[in-house]
Amino acid sequence: MKLITAMIKPEKLEDVKKALFDADIHKMTVTSVLGCGQQKGYKETFRGAVTEINLLKKVRLDIAVNSEFVEPTIQAIIDGARTGVIGDGKIFVRELDECIRIRTGERGHEAIG
Amino acid sequence: MKRILLIGLLILAAGSLHADVPDVAELARGLDTVWVLVAAFLVFFMQAGFGMVEAGFIRAKNTTNILTKNFLDFCMASLGFFLVGYAIMFGTGNGFLGLNGFLMRGAENPSGVPMLAFWLFQAAFCGAAATIVAGGMAERMKFPAYLIYSLLVSALVYPIVGHWIWGGGWLAGLGFADFAGSAVVHTTGGVAALVGTLILGPRSGKYRSDGSPNVMGGHSIPLAALGVFILWFGWFGFNPGSTLGVGNGELIALVAANTNLAAAAGGIMAMVTVWIFVGKPDLSMAMNGALAGLVAVTAPCAFIDPWAAIVIGGVGGILVVLGVLFLDRIRVDDPVGAFPVHGINGVWGTLAIGLFGRSELGLKNDGLLLGGGWGQLGTQALGILAVVVFVGAAMALIFLAIDKTVGLRVSREEELRGLDIGEHGLESYAGFQIVE
Repeated sequence: MKLITAMIKPEKLEDVKKALFDADIHKMTVTSVLGCGQQKGYKETFRGAVTEINLLKKVRLDIAVNSEFVEPTIQAIIDGARTGVIGDGKIFVRELDECIRIRTGERGHEAIG
Repeated sequence: MKRILLIGLLILAAGSLHADVPDVAELARGLDTVWVLVAAFLVFFMQAGFGMVEAGFIRAKNTTNILTKNFLDFCMASLGFFLVGYAIMFGTGNGFLGLNGFLMRGAENPSGVPMLAFWLFQAAFCGAAATIVAGGMAERMKFPAYLIYSLLVSALVYPIVGHWIWGGGWLAGLGFADFAGSAVVHTTGGVAALVGTLILGPRSGKYRSDGSPNVMGGHSIPLAALGVFILWFGWFGFNPGSTLGVGNGELIALVAANTNLAAAAGGIMAMVTVWIFVGKPDLSMAMNGALAGLVAVTAPCAFIDPWAAIVIGGVGGILVVLGVLFLDRIRVDDPVGAFPVHGINGVWGTLAIGLFGRSELGLKNDGLLLGGGWGQLGTQALGILAVVVFVGAAMALIFLAIDKTVGLRVSREEELRGLDIGEHGLESYAGFQIVE
């Protein structure tokens, strides 16, 4: 089992969700985050003061998958999120030790669904 | 000696008392002036109402932008209407526009109150008309483009329409009636908003590939709700103030009551309509309904009985919901419903005079439903058609010219990041993490 974490551009979320649904991946957690990478920031001003803002708004997806779904998930995220412009984001894949469904108590492969 | 002194004092006292008592005509004029000025202050306050409604109905990242447009609208209308606008609207020239009174020098005063009181009242109306467009073109219009538009509408387009109807122009001569501005203010603003929205195109991501609209939720229903009540409150200056005088109180009382009834009816009928068509009682639509009722009663308010105000407002509430749904159906993105509220109901209110108006209250003919025949309705229809065509053509010209020079729409990157950052370099809600 793996936990896939992806940071994407907020405006691409709908496209990524659609690509994941099309690949039969329906379960995910979405959070709003700030981050920086290669993408440049922008200037903010208020009453004469100027600050460079380089933490940009991104959206984070956390998806727990069984091994056979890892590649399809990665591909779906890339298809949905890629624009070709710097700032498209990154995908991290981590080993997932255990997964439990709270309602039924199922564990492992069954719990991920 | 004492007696002479006493008589002398009495004469002096009587003389000074007599000199201090103003005559009744002057008192009446003073009272009317206070009335018009207080009404002007109320209409000015509507600017805050517009600002809050527009801000509440759009996303947080564009809030400063729309408030800046709203703010500058009033500043520029105030100046534009002083330098040029009033002269065109109320000056003597021809049936199309006025040609004297620029910079208010030698300006004409058709009212019974002091020139500047009348001017302030009219200037506030001008500001209201200009700011209607900000809502329809929200979230993707360049700020410099908006400033240019705002100046042109306050100084030229609005005063010309106003001249036709209130400044002794050709429509006034035909017996066309518009008591407080369904045609002059709201149709002008609404049609301009529609033209602008059409030329700008929808917001990025508003319509899916199958044409259905995405929800782009307003970021603050509380602000919008506050704004609607402020507008409703200000409308008590907009409509009753247009009597330009207190008289014996009968007319201003009638107009105020009609104003309130139409708003209430519009709110209820809009809520019922959206409940039926969409499945939930949507407050944003119900509030648009109250505004629609207010817009619709603005033209007829002095010429109708209260029962008619209820009908007119109620129909307005239904029309605004249908209008919003229809615009989305044809993929015209009007974020705050500027055209359904002001355009559609501006036309409805103007026509309603021809249906419900009473000649005893000042119209040329009775309305159709009161047995007066088609005369008044025909005049109203002709007039409102002329306004729609003129404003539509003028605004198309203006917006296309602005697009060719300064550019009308922001870039897609800026639209995504938000106009607050893009156009103004600041955030409306610094420190808040706002998720879309």
